[in-house]
Amino acid sequence: MAEITPIRTAAEVALVERFASLKDRLPGSGDIARRRDEAFALVAAAGLPNRRVEEWKYTDLRNAVREAAPLAERPADAAGLVDRASAFAGVDAVRLSFANGHFVAERSDLAVLPAGVTVTPLAAALAQGHPLLAEMGKVAVARGNFALALNSAFMVDGALVKVAAGTAVDKALHLRFVNGGTAPFATAPRVVILVEDGASVTILESHEGVGTAAYQANSVVELVAGKGTAVAHTRLNAEQVDAISLSTLAVTLGAEARLTSLGVVTGGGLSRHQVFLAFSGEQSSLTLGGATMLRGRQHADTTLVVDHAVPHCESRELFKTVVDGEATGVFQGKIIVRPDAQKTDGRMMSAALLLSETATMNNKPELEIFADDVQCAHGATCGALDDDLLFYLMARGLPRAAAEALLVQAFIGEALELVEDEAVRGELVARAEAWLAERA
Amino acid sequence: MPAVQETVERVKAIDVEQYKYGFETQIEMDKAPKGLNEDIVRLISAKKGEPEWMTEWRLEAFRRWQTMREPKWARVNYPPIDYQDLYYYAAPKKNPAPKSLDEVDPEILKTYEKLGIPLREQEILAGVEGAGSRVAVDAVFDSVSVVTTFKEELKKAGVIFCSISEAIREYPDLVRKYLGSVVPVSDNFFATLNSAVFTDGSFVYVPEGVRCPMELSTYFRINERKTGQFERTLIIADKGAYVSYLEGCTAPARDENQLHAAVVELIALDDAEIKYSTVQNWYPGDAEGRGGVYNFVTKRGDCRGANSKISWTQVETGSAITWKYPSCILRGDNSRGEFYSIAISTGHQQVDSGTKMIHLGKNTTSRIISKGIAAGRSENTYRGLVSAHRKATGARNFTNCDSLLIGDKCGAHTVPYIESKNASAIFEHEATTSKISDDQMFYCLQRGLDEEEAVALIVNGFVKDVLQQLPMEFAVEAQKLISISLEGSVG
Repeated sequence: MAEITPIRTAAEVALVERFASLKDRLPGSGDIARRRDEAFALVAAAGLPNRRVEEWKYTDLRNAVREAAPLAERPADAAGLVDRASAFAGVDAVRLSFANGHFVAERSDLAVLPAGVTVTPLAAALAQGHPLLAEMGKVAVARGNFALALNSAFMVDGALVKVAAGTAVDKALHLRFVNGGTAPFATAPRVVILVEDGASVTILESHEGVGTAAYQANSVVELVAGKGTAVAHTRLNAEQVDAISLSTLAVTLGAEARLTSLGVVTGGGLSRHQVFLAFSGEQSSLTLGGATMLRGRQHADTTLVVDHAVPHCESRELFKTVVDGEATGVFQGKIIVRPDAQKTDGRMMSAALLLSETATMNNKPELEIFADDVQCAHGATCGALDDDLLFYLMARGLPRAAAEALLVQAFIGEALELVEDEAVRGELVARAEAWLAERA
Repeated sequence: MPAVQETVERVKAIDVEQYKYGFETQIEMDKAPKGLNEDIVRLISAKKGEPEWMTEWRLEAFRRWQTMREPKWARVNYPPIDYQDLYYYAAPKKNPAPKSLDEVDPEILKTYEKLGIPLREQEILAGVEGAGSRVAVDAVFDSVSVVTTFKEELKKAGVIFCSISEAIREYPDLVRKYLGSVVPVSDNFFATLNSAVFTDGSFVYVPEGVRCPMELSTYFRINERKTGQFERTLIIADKGAYVSYLEGCTAPARDENQLHAAVVELIALDDAEIKYSTVQNWYPGDAEGRGGVYNFVTKRGDCRGANSKISWTQVETGSAITWKYPSCILRGDNSRGEFYSIAISTGHQQVDSGTKMIHLGKNTTSRIISKGIAAGRSENTYRGLVSAHRKATGARNFTNCDSLLIGDKCGAHTVPYIESKNASAIFEHEATTSKISDDQMFYCLQRGLDEEEAVALIVNGFVKDVLQQLPMEFAVEAQKLISISLEGSVG
């Protein structure tokens, strides 16, 4: 339990004032307003997480967030902002666009949605009290989380997506978040995706920065996948390197479901991606992956909590982190196996490659197991490029830089392989290559 | 009697409550008044005949302790401890400072006899305890050291082995130089409390180039009701020295909880090696979780010199709650730290244990092998830190922590922290959790072993890596202890 600390820093004071002045103008009333108050009470009580709070030990927000930026209004030229985005441009997809956290209808393919898919902008849904809102906040292990609570207090816009039972969506759904501005701002978009029984869908999520001012993004995607569903999710963080980027993926996975989720991080000054996943039905399988490439003074944190609450489920986690320059990588992964979750099979691996003398990696893979008939394992490694391998390649005539690039590519490639869609994987590989090219 | 019946009988006979060392010794004790304040700290210091600087050191620790809060981060649950409801000093009334074994209260001697701890040098030499296994023992009974054996022989080799109280009086320079230099007074709540009120413990100094001629050992016994035992151990291995030290502990079975907050400091200078082995068998409480010892211990070794080595080996079977992280600070270049641990929890025991390997020097290496076995309704957590600082070029760590679950009411948890600030540091960590596989059981049963034996065999195989690290005398005992601890946990 985090201890209650009084609000102290300027940013914390500003947050409280901002919420007080803004709350009556935020969309939604009644139950929604009550939930906002509850969420903010949590934020106000805890204050910005700092290194004394165990879950945020390696990512000190109190230190990083010196000023609380004002919540972004809908940008005047939202469409123009979206047009500057490039992520997954080569992938044939149905796009839903968000500029500074606001839904941009004119750049979203609402007219050509595949059969069985419905989309409601969140601002409208909040105002009218849409029934899908009931799907929010269902993941128990995510409750009390600072970033999630902050989003719940301030969420202004986003989308509610429903994939009807039995639908096999042939095109990917692309959630395109674009951030840009000339003065500091904060965003709080929220997307809820309900995939009904037997449906299958590919979801792409990209976060890009195209402006000149530093910003504070805090997005939340909630996925509720029903029985027998198949979901492939790929997330790309290409935020500006001066941005603070918090993001949360909260998932409830039904019985006999399959989910693959890969997070790729190259952007963000300070980023933290959290995955909270709860198994709610038996015989499901989960693959979580991560590929993080950092340089300069970037700080990227990947935190996951996988809650095996029911028996006979399988989870695989593979996270790769490459750290160059003075950057810091953080991996915190926790697998919980509840008392009744017999026959759970969980395997988690985190591997980090440090490319410079000043790089830092912090690994904290955790197992919390209350059932006896389980197979759980985790591994963590951390080190530099293997000298023998480098020598082998250089002996064959490759210059040092090319040899290094090849090895890094092979290292990170293992995580990118988790993406089945060739076009999507191709784009991610190209981004990894571009990152390496910049290094040479 | 049919075989099935036989098994049932045996399981019944060996329950959690069948703690072999649960008896109580009836002797008159000299106790300080209940509670803790500056006067008590002064009283303890005076009883020990300590110099002024030591009293001040304690008082400073006590004042600091009053400003500290009890740590809450460990995965253990216990009702709040009333620190004013404890006796901080308890010593046998009759002749608290015996000159020789003949002056020691025969009741105490009987106690150690019952525990199987050899205190009579002649007998050991005569081969009563089996020649060849000569171990020098420092026996600590509640707050005082009652006897230290083989002192003279050790002195010939230049090794100082005595109680810490004696060391403070006889070798103040050494104590002053090293006490609190590894675990500072302000280190943590329990270490600070210990610094204020520690009553006894062992002191070892092995001079330059000396290989200690025999194993050194301390045997701790808590006997008195409502006492806390606060012992302090300080071991210094000077340049090129070697010492192997064993620690054992037991307590009577009582339905109240007893507090044990020890501090152990190890210092290894250039090329020195310290091997520290513990078999911890404090009373674990009864089958319902009543009573038992709260074992809140701070153990840390400092590889201060180049090429030094510190190795911790622990077998943890006792205590209601264990909160213990024997650590190594790898300061000297090429120094090496090792941690081998078997933690067995059953009944309602809670174990939160692990290690810290802090790599500061160049080419430092460390190895962690931790085997946790949870049975009954116990909780067993491994919590460990491996870190490499900027200058720790070429640091190397290998960590392996495996957990075995026996029964579906227990929990096994792993919380490792791996922090690297140096690219050339190579850290590998692996952890697994599983139960004894049906295949293994089937194989054993099919060969005619009963279930209990099969589990004991498989568990012994599971912990073999660690058992091998124990000195001979301990390995046999530990192996027995493991099978006793787990008996009754199957079925």
